[in-house]
Amino acid sequence: MSIIIKKNRQAESLLASVKKLSGVDVSVCLQCKKCSNGCPVSTLAITRPSDIIKKLQLHMDEQIFNSDLIWMCASCETCFSRCPMKIDMAAVMDTLRHISLKRKALKQKGNVPLFNKSFLKTVQLFGRTYDLGMIAAYKMGTSTYLQDTNKFPMMLKKGKIALLPNLKADKTYTNRIFNKAKNK
Amino acid sequence: MKYAYFPGCSAESTAQDQHISTMEVAKALGIELIELKGWTCCGSTPAHHTDKMISLALPAANLLMAKKTGLDMVVFCAACYNRMKVANHEIKSNPTIRKEVAEALGEDYDGSVQVLHFTEVLIKKLGIKKLQESFTHTLDGLKVANYYGCLLVRPADVTNFDDPENPTLLDSLVTIMGGESIEWPHKVECCGGGFALTRTDIVLELSHSIIEMAELSGAQCMSVACPMCQINLDMRQGDINKSKGTKHQLPIVYITQLLGLCLGIPASKLGMEKCVISPKPIIDLVKKAV
Repeated sequence: MSIIIKKNRQAESLLASVKKLSGVDVSVCLQCKKCSNGCPVSTLAITRPSDIIKKLQLHMDEQIFNSDLIWMCASCETCFSRCPMKIDMAAVMDTLRHISLKRKALKQKGNVPLFNKSFLKTVQLFGRTYDLGMIAAYKMGTSTYLQDTNKFPMMLKKGKIALLPNLKADKTYTNRIFNKAKNK
Repeated sequence: MKYAYFPGCSAESTAQDQHISTMEVAKALGIELIELKGWTCCGSTPAHHTDKMISLALPAANLLMAKKTGLDMVVFCAACYNRMKVANHEIKSNPTIRKEVAEALGEDYDGSVQVLHFTEVLIKKLGIKKLQESFTHTLDGLKVANYYGCLLVRPADVTNFDDPENPTLLDSLVTIMGGESIEWPHKVECCGGGFALTRTDIVLELSHSIIEMAELSGAQCMSVACPMCQINLDMRQGDINKSKGTKHQLPIVYITQLLGLCLGIPASKLGMEKCVISPKPIIDLVKKAV
């Protein structure tokens, strides 16, 4: 049996990673709870924004990635808007999501990353989103076939959804962007 | 008045009525909106959830296209508006980000294109006087709850749209139209945004709160300026009633649809048949101005 230890790899605390990637210093948090009190999902989620900051400061990394707020955060920016210390909590949440994806953290209710992936895939293919395509991909991935099917006839009748993808986008830039992302 | 118009992806799908009504209002007011040729998706929420570079480069691509036209950019979708403004802000204030975005696009972009929400063009560029002169109809005291949502007003120092806690831009538009902009506390509360499919439970909860507060505050209808908000508040009102046992019946219309009615444009040309909760009670109340 052999144990392989990778050379030149340094362990970095999540707190340090968040500071490096988002530029946000959460050490100035006063735990005043204005963020949590303004957060629209605070009564629906178990973890609140101020809890995330506290856990970052206490290096409770695993708990952060398993917390429901990461993917329940609606990115409404109310937290940042009200923070007296101007901590960009929204940027911190985005950074935690990016790291969470890279670390392949546990899937959470609703599988928001799958929706995001489906959305971006249609952008990569067509330069613009293709609703039916992304909805189909998401429903197949989450096996939620029956949800909202009752709305489909109404949406078709009212012309509320495009049946075919729009092909008028100039994909020069988007091709470069997605190639760069792939090669990162 | 000429602008590079960025319709956004939902304008061709779930928010065609927003696009149609915006174009009609612009035409009636002599504002030329030239659709940005070959525009691409701004990335919206999925992009900034996934990767910082993608989330800034996608809007920057369109800003670069707009820069080449020499025109300022006009947007209606609040999410697109927000992403364009954030991209400009980050590129202008952070040289490393500017360089990374330039590498992604293959061209440098300096963050200088001015981005306006269509309602900003009306109030801040066209002006109240020209608007008043153009209206042929009045909302005749219709009580409107003006709903701004999140992305127009926050982060306030990036969008500079209006006050982030108690904005009044849409309210002043409704007042000029002869309607009554009611005072209510949920102007900037989140509707649940992009969670429509993934966490419908959150959308139902948050949207219910907003609709209920508007009704309690005396609103006869709600005006919106964001395609996601419109879908959440309108199309899901039936689901809210089912899950909460409520009897909401509040028409949710785009501000441009109200503007169109006051400019004498028929409801059929403003995409109003696409509303799920029927806006007929509102349309019937609009009168010819004396």
